[in-house]
Amino acid sequence: MRDEIARRPTKLWRNLNAKIASIPMVLTAVFVFAGGTAWTVLYSFTNSKLLPRLNFIGLTQYERLWETPRWHVAIENLLVYGSLSLVFQLVIGFLLAALLDQKIRFEDTFRTIFLYPFALSFIVTGLVWQWLLNPDYGVQSVVRSLGWESFSFDPLYNSEIVIYGILIAALWQGTGLVMCLMLAGLRGIDEDIWKAARVDGIPMWKTYLFIIIPMMRPVFITTLVIIASGIVRVYDLVVAQTSGGPGIASEVPAKYVYDYMFFAQNLGQGFAASTMMLLSVMIVVVPWAYLEFGRRRHG
Amino acid sequence: MANPASLCAAVTGASAIADEFSGPHGPRPRRTLSRRNVFLYGTLILVAVYYLLPLYVMVVTSLKGMPEIRLGNIFSPPVEITFEPWVKAWAQACTGLNCDGLSRGFWNSVQITVPSVIASIAIASVNGYALANWRFKSAEVFFTILIVGAFIPYQVMIYPIVIILREIGLYGSLWGLVIVHSIFGMPILTLLFRNYFASVPEELFKAARVDGAGFWAIYFKIMLPMALPIFVVAIILQVTGIWNDFLFGVVYTRPDTYPMTVQLNNIVNSVQGVKEYNVNMAATILTGLVPLIVYFVSGKLFVRGIAAGAVKG
Repeated sequence: MRDEIARRPTKLWRNLNAKIASIPMVLTAVFVFAGGTAWTVLYSFTNSKLLPRLNFIGLTQYERLWETPRWHVAIENLLVYGSLSLVFQLVIGFLLAALLDQKIRFEDTFRTIFLYPFALSFIVTGLVWQWLLNPDYGVQSVVRSLGWESFSFDPLYNSEIVIYGILIAALWQGTGLVMCLMLAGLRGIDEDIWKAARVDGIPMWKTYLFIIIPMMRPVFITTLVIIASGIVRVYDLVVAQTSGGPGIASEVPAKYVYDYMFFAQNLGQGFAASTMMLLSVMIVVVPWAYLEFGRRRHG
Repeated sequence: MANPASLCAAVTGASAIADEFSGPHGPRPRRTLSRRNVFLYGTLILVAVYYLLPLYVMVVTSLKGMPEIRLGNIFSPPVEITFEPWVKAWAQACTGLNCDGLSRGFWNSVQITVPSVIASIAIASVNGYALANWRFKSAEVFFTILIVGAFIPYQVMIYPIVIILREIGLYGSLWGLVIVHSIFGMPILTLLFRNYFASVPEELFKAARVDGAGFWAIYFKIMLPMALPIFVVAIILQVTGIWNDFLFGVVYTRPDTYPMTVQLNNIVNSVQGVKEYNVNMAATILTGLVPLIVYFVSGKLFVRGIAAGAVKG
């Protein structure tokens, strides 16, 4: 029927209402998503300072970017934070989902508890963990007061390990979502697989590792893409927890972009940095979209 | 694992293996404290305690006085419960020169969230309906751009939007922020509605067309009433998302129209004055309260919302 509508030689006004209704979508797609992105990439080749100006200087902004120590710190942090949060979220999320999938009692209660941090904003998450990790009153002081005087755990004030302090908060906030996705994936596994594995006497952990996880490949890939595109955006959490400190030890690319655009009034530099962010996302998303698209085309 | 019967089999199977190595044989009485269950529930309870701890510490800290915080342990319950930090956080906490507390941020957030939720859902549901039922050429192209756009880091599009908003004279106003939220909510919500409307039986649409109903008549009289559950999911998704937003709030509003998250961050991370941790924690809970209430009230629908949001692309 849809095809009929599309093929019938309709007059333009027949679908006019649908077209009018789609104007916001068209405007958004063309001017904001496509246009805005192209605009930013274009202006990243200019020497725009306070105001955007079309004064091209080639790749100078990018050269400057990669010479800035702060950008190096930001990239390093993103790599450490990104890879660890990817691995831990997937592993913990899957383990929790597997535990919840054992037909336990109070499943809803447990799920509600594991997922509630996800409803909170990164700002709230960051501030809570800033308080918990406060060296004078938080976990460190509590452990010390229990008698372990030399105990030291102050990630937010130690530039060597500050990124792990942020990681702890991020894991607390985000693992529930991964658990939820994994649980949905586990529920989609055919019951007969489990029966067959049991009949063959395969231990449960082996069934999970060699049968269930390979079967859940699409779920893992989707989850991976979701986590990865969230990682590149990490901004609020750092602002709330450390404001990029101590010093510049917990800087991340998103914060670099914001600071250069709105504080340092060096727009060109901000555009170059944001284009690098775009590039890193595309490296993850394009192969995935290609695979998804390709698979769908082949039916 | 969807079938209870098979699970019973799994449980008894596991305990049978354990039996071979320990104790007498033969039928056993019902055991709820099998080694497996102890491990299972033990782990789950441990993890649950870990997840609940920050919430507990937040509440406990916000009910203590500052002297007690300085002396005591963050995990210990308050000796003397005081609600003063809550009052102070709501009505007196300072950000810069203003000392009227978080209440201003709260009302700003309400003023931002309500129109943004309505606008973004209205636009996206019509989009989804047009895409699912009134396919016209090139619509799919725009939709693809939209979905790809969902993955582009916001930082890439922030500045062009500043320019657009400045051109139409809405930069810094609440309405500008409403537009921004409508734009960035569009990909996921459109996908959500498109998938839902595509699953509606086509005969319904066909019959309405035969009866002479037009685009809007079908939308309002047939599609809208049928899609109420998906509207609820979308509302949950948007209320929590927009309330929790920080980046757009800080970029597109001015200090007197800052949403609650931005104001909260300014209160807690301000460098002036003595740090009042109890007030900070009260303010933090107050800001987290709206999404938490939405979460606990909506229950399974929230899960459905994030699952829907998760299947982008």
